[in-house]
Amino acid sequence: MIRRSRRSVSTGHALISPADWRRPGVRWGLGGAQVLLLVGLVVIGLGPLLWLAKSAITPTLDTLSHPMALFPHGAAWNNLREAWTNVHVGRYFWNTVALAIGSWLSQIVIATTAGFALSVLRPKYAAVINALLLTTLFVPAVVLLVPLYIEIVHPPFIHHSFIDSYWAIWLPAGASAFNVVVVKRFFDNLPREIFEAARIDGAGPFRLFVAVVLPMSRPILGVVSVFAVLASWKDFLWPLLVLTNPDRQPLSVRLPNIQSQTELGVFLAALLIASLVPIIGFLVFQRSFLRGTGLGGALKG
Amino acid sequence: MAERDPKPVRYRARRTPVTWVRGGGLAALIFLLPMLFVFGAFSWYPIVRTAIMALQHTNLVQPATWVGLDNFRTVLHDPLLPTAVKNTAVFAGLALVFGYPIPLVAAVLMSEVRRLRGVFSALAYLPVVIPPVVAVLLWKTFYNGDATGVFNTILGWIHLGPYPWLQSQGTALPSLVLESTWANAGGTVIIYLAALTGVNSELYEAASVDGASIWRKVWHITLPQLRGVLLLTMILQIIGTAQVFLEPYLFTSGGPANATVTVLLMIYNYAFGNSLGGDYGSATALSLMLAAFLAIFSLAYLRATRSWSTR
Repeated sequence: MIRRSRRSVSTGHALISPADWRRPGVRWGLGGAQVLLLVGLVVIGLGPLLWLAKSAITPTLDTLSHPMALFPHGAAWNNLREAWTNVHVGRYFWNTVALAIGSWLSQIVIATTAGFALSVLRPKYAAVINALLLTTLFVPAVVLLVPLYIEIVHPPFIHHSFIDSYWAIWLPAGASAFNVVVVKRFFDNLPREIFEAARIDGAGPFRLFVAVVLPMSRPILGVVSVFAVLASWKDFLWPLLVLTNPDRQPLSVRLPNIQSQTELGVFLAALLIASLVPIIGFLVFQRSFLRGTGLGGALKG
Repeated sequence: MAERDPKPVRYRARRTPVTWVRGGGLAALIFLLPMLFVFGAFSWYPIVRTAIMALQHTNLVQPATWVGLDNFRTVLHDPLLPTAVKNTAVFAGLALVFGYPIPLVAAVLMSEVRRLRGVFSALAYLPVVIPPVVAVLLWKTFYNGDATGVFNTILGWIHLGPYPWLQSQGTALPSLVLESTWANAGGTVIIYLAALTGVNSELYEAASVDGASIWRKVWHITLPQLRGVLLLTMILQIIGTAQVFLEPYLFTSGGPANATVTVLLMIYNYAFGNSLGGDYGSATALSLMLAAFLAIFSLAYLRATRSWSTR
């Protein structure tokens, strides 16, 4: 994946050659299609979010009677404050943050240690573990749902339910075969000579991991990190099942309940607050997001 | 110690615990321990457990009893199953109609954009990062069936509607698919864009020299080169939409009149929908049947398309 450098392949204007571009029919037709696409993307991709941002600070009655009007009776900034404090969105927000950080940490630790062992140290039984990992990639998530839930309620050996414990979210999040495979493939493509040099200089496996491999893996760790945080922020069904105490639940689980108990303006403010972190994170780490999505397609292929 | 060993390669000679440690065997095991624990406990064990539970009757109150294939029989005789299977198939089919060709056209156009390409892909991907629960609840507001609902207001400008959207049996399921397509199509666009950069530009150049038009280049070079990715995104999308849960659960809870009950919603309702205690056996039986169907379907699909997916 990494080695197949794109530099040697396409420089961007491949399908349509400069000669094509000079023809007026192509320039107008294609240029027009691209402008239409841009307008469509703004309306479809951005439009709903702009509407949400507008309605989150619009009085409920205005949104109900004239949803497409722009502040007919002024703004209601109070919606945001009310959502954050009175509806406790603030608390659910920090719950979501705590779940995301723990899930991220667990995924990073598992993916890097396992990837290092399977790619660099390569014990004899690595092939078996690899095969088991690839098998889990093909098992749809729905198969795990019920037994995993029962395992959390009645764990084997431990007579203590993990319902309402954040460990019930953090630890299963680490069992992502996709992460391990992606990180392992990245390690596979690191130059072996550097490992050999480090070994000759007296670095053991632990030094090799911390001082050589991890610093070289920043791009892939970025990709795994943004997807770990995003996936945790998006997760709904699993936290709904294992976190039953409303005070411990994340935003995604609380929002449907909030909807039935609050007026529309405040509820839309809550929706806006819930989507701000992923949106800002995406705008900041856009490269990692887009790279990782392309990687997902390449890996599964 | 292992740290001092200059060459932790595997020793072929006598294998004793000491040579194993010195050869890096212990270090490898230590690095694998977190992964073995987490995957063992939360992936491999539950997979095995599913197969066992599907053959048991268990509700967490009484001890589990073996019931053979009873759970499968219960599920197959459930009058709701044909409806759920039909709805899931319609959802997957409609999702292909809505969500398969548009991202391809968009990606081909975007790959030839000279300026602002980053803006294009960011806009396309933006809905994908919105938390699905937020997306569904927001669209639920849009789908308000009154004349003052968001979509009905917009359609009112051109004198259409008002439409009932989620409240009518005929329009509920397509409404769900529309939201789901909005939420997911951006990821497909990005995958196509990545694949398009991999198309060898020499092919285009050769075709240009031969005087091929743009349409011929798209038809004879771009599409054949994307074949593998196109076939793959299709099966992945089918596997994904066959497990649709969030939309029917949050939009309609399966209604109106079971018009949006899907297979996953049935599984959820077997296990967690009854406050008196779940029917975990039936839930695992149905999830195993769904997984088996998807596995067989994928194999058949790969076999059927193998002859023209290889490059």
